[in-house]
Amino acid sequence: MGYQASFRIWRGDKGDGSLKDYTVEVNDGEVILDVLHRIQAEQENDLAIRWNCKAGKCGSCSAEVNGKPRLMCLTRMNIFPEGEPITVTPLRTFPVIRDLVTDVHFNYDKAREVPAFQPPEGLKPGEYRMQQEDVARSQEFRKCIECFLCQNTCHAIRDHEDNMANFAGPRVLMRVAELDMHPLDTVDRRKQAQDVLGLSYCNITKCCTEVCPEHIKITDNALIPLKERVVDDKYDPVRWLGSKIRVRKGDE
Amino acid sequence: MSDIQRYKFDVVVIGAGGAGLRAAIAARESGMSTAVMSKSLFGKAHTVMAEGGIAASMANVNSNDNWKVHFCDTMRGGKFLNHYRMAELHAKEAPERVWELESWGALFDRTKDGRISQRNFGGHEYPRLAHVGDRTGLEMIRTLQQKIVALQQEDKRLSGDYESRIRVFAECTVTKIFMTGEGDDHRVCGVLAYWRPSGEFVLIETSAVIIASGGIGKSFKVTSNSWEYTGDGHALALECGGSLINMEFVQFHPTGMVWPPSVRGLLVTESVRGDGGVLTNSDGRRFMFDYIPDVFKDKYATTEEEADRWYTDPDNNRRPPELLPRDEVSRSINTEVKAGRGSPHGGVFLDVSKRLPADVIRAKLPSMWHQFTELADVDITEEPMEVGPTCHYVMGGIEVDQDTQAAVGVRGLFCAGEAAGGLHGSNRLGGNSLSDLLVFGRRAGLYAAEYADALNKTGWTSSVDQASVDAAMAWALAPFTAERGENPYAIQNELQDVMNDLVGIVRNADEMRLALKRIEELKERTRTMKTGGGRSYNPGWHLALDLPKQLLVSQCIAESALMREESRGGHTRDDFPQMDPEWRKVNLQCSLIDGSLSVQRKPLPELTAELAALFDAKELSKYMTQAEVDALSQRSA
Repeated sequence: MGYQASFRIWRGDKGDGSLKDYTVEVNDGEVILDVLHRIQAEQENDLAIRWNCKAGKCGSCSAEVNGKPRLMCLTRMNIFPEGEPITVTPLRTFPVIRDLVTDVHFNYDKAREVPAFQPPEGLKPGEYRMQQEDVARSQEFRKCIECFLCQNTCHAIRDHEDNMANFAGPRVLMRVAELDMHPLDTVDRRKQAQDVLGLSYCNITKCCTEVCPEHIKITDNALIPLKERVVDDKYDPVRWLGSKIRVRKGDE
Repeated sequence: MSDIQRYKFDVVVIGAGGAGLRAAIAARESGMSTAVMSKSLFGKAHTVMAEGGIAASMANVNSNDNWKVHFCDTMRGGKFLNHYRMAELHAKEAPERVWELESWGALFDRTKDGRISQRNFGGHEYPRLAHVGDRTGLEMIRTLQQKIVALQQEDKRLSGDYESRIRVFAECTVTKIFMTGEGDDHRVCGVLAYWRPSGEFVLIETSAVIIASGGIGKSFKVTSNSWEYTGDGHALALECGGSLINMEFVQFHPTGMVWPPSVRGLLVTESVRGDGGVLTNSDGRRFMFDYIPDVFKDKYATTEEEADRWYTDPDNNRRPPELLPRDEVSRSINTEVKAGRGSPHGGVFLDVSKRLPADVIRAKLPSMWHQFTELADVDITEEPMEVGPTCHYVMGGIEVDQDTQAAVGVRGLFCAGEAAGGLHGSNRLGGNSLSDLLVFGRRAGLYAAEYADALNKTGWTSSVDQASVDAAMAWALAPFTAERGENPYAIQNELQDVMNDLVGIVRNADEMRLALKRIEELKERTRTMKTGGGRSYNPGWHLALDLPKQLLVSQCIAESALMREESRGGHTRDDFPQMDPEWRKVNLQCSLIDGSLSVQRKPLPELTAELAALFDAKELSKYMTQAEVDALSQRSA
């Protein structure tokens, strides 16, 4: 049942690179990652691919297939017509390390700027009580496998590299929303979301939601509600006054 | 060779899965500067693959549960070969470790009264697994990752530097543990690693090393394990003077995907059965009723009616035999397939579609639904899955002190998680891995920190001699300089065939002798491996460095399996099909003597009378010799 497919794979490093052509066997039921592994085992031992679980659970093997950001382990070969070449390139938004592997430290650096979960003082482990419907909202965001496809796709970063200093991207802002909706968290991160993580750069085009392999409704369920909360905070005069008083007390 | 970065830390943790991260948190919270070495990116470790849950007797769903019941289940699951003290500590401490995760932000599924929900699983008497749908491992790794970030934020506030006291070296592989000193002062002093992105070397001088590097499953063809599971931690421990125990016990998870070929071995969570899924053969028969072994006869339902009643009335009915421990279910599936009663692609059927409404299946088993629709074009709410055994876990591992996780025979080395041996005996229960990682990860971190702190206070400082570093680097670079040589991928492929076909679910002496011969030949071929390309992110080179370790550990498995002439848990011999009480008293211990592998019999730590009293004598006599049972009853009298 196998057939010979032609692949064009980007080979190179941060200095330079180009598409290179390969002809490779493809068998029934295979995904892109299987085929790249075959090239790696039989033709080019040093073909750089980042991967781990090959089951859509770890979010390591993100790349762009025919220009579309995807997890290579969940991209079935049977969605491509036989005979047409398939082009695989690294994530465009992040600097290339080698071949299909990019340097994604941006995402980890930005994650450190989100203040951590803080439970109420005096609440002891084992005493936590939360209802399923209350945890369900944050649980949706915790399905995130950190594949960074949303970060790669968000045009506020993808097309504007200079925004990266001031905008943390959908994955990181979704983490803020997740903590914000955690029934027992006590920290107010709205100011951080706006001033440091750049929430206003998001103009809700939903590109992030479209590429999410976990089908998380990033824009509708995380980013828009977070924007609404930030707006409430900014334009409610009582809250505004309160925030000024807290700042004077040396909260920052 | 000048391209080497140098660091000093009090504690170095090799591995960044559940055990490694929990160990690092404990070491850092004990005041030690801590490095975490991760072959992958931060938060991608194999722990994310764990689906079903974390076993802990919190008694949120059934108030009869407590640590003693969990302890007894663990011992039964391991066929009483478990290191009892580890099983005791594990059962006692697991609930605190789960609650602690919640205080770090984990969001488990809830009971109606707002506590952590718990689900049924194979071999566990009561619903015991804290879970988040079927992605519990992801929740755990993310929570630990975020806890480390929280600690780094704390350190930044104090020192201005996120990485002043805990640093994660992502995509950085350790190739060597260095030792220093003589006699009583012979101890760990550092590690050599290389950055996978650049190929540059890193030397970390340290007072203590914790190995938490996971398992060995990549040596088998059909496996649920990723490329990372090459047994490097096991090999590193052997090479610096440590020993491995119980390596013959390899768990084949009963339900891996069998079709399409590209996903063969991919895990199908045990929760499918815990939540009501049943196994049937090509005749449509629920065959597990035919395979209830004597030792479990009184604990499992003998009719479908009783089994089905159990889901709603567990106090008055016995459990369905689909929930027998994994070793039993895997062997049964294997037998059915060999008898010609398998499914079209060589597995059996696992069906939840006729048992639960579609929306419930999608809510309880979202990843499975996703996995089968995306990868196999099967809608599990409408049709059965095809499943078969897949290499999943190694019960054996580095021999450790049961309380402190200190490696036997190597001062300054500690181990936790799948890389350590003892807790699970001859077979691990589902759900006991995540709890193992937390309980013993923390313990390894605490005791490594205590050791490092005490050592530092004597004025000792870690220092690795340059000649050893140069030799280790030269070894690692050899595949680049070979003029011609073997393709590492081809060798790995052959090893996977050898282990799968000759040291798999059912073993015999002739096949294992052949396997050992083949492993010897493959070892010889690794001496002339050749890597193309450069040092930057070169997977062929990385594999060339992993392979000798993989072969050494595979040899340990085959040698131990050949020596143990009985069948028990994850070790089944068709030439010795019975469980033998005399063998229960023995651990097989592998070590390197002058570079050659030696396998020795070593007495299993004896169960205390106090813990033995948790079982009735009749049950003990199924596993133990009469003399042992008599001695225990005398001691407790």
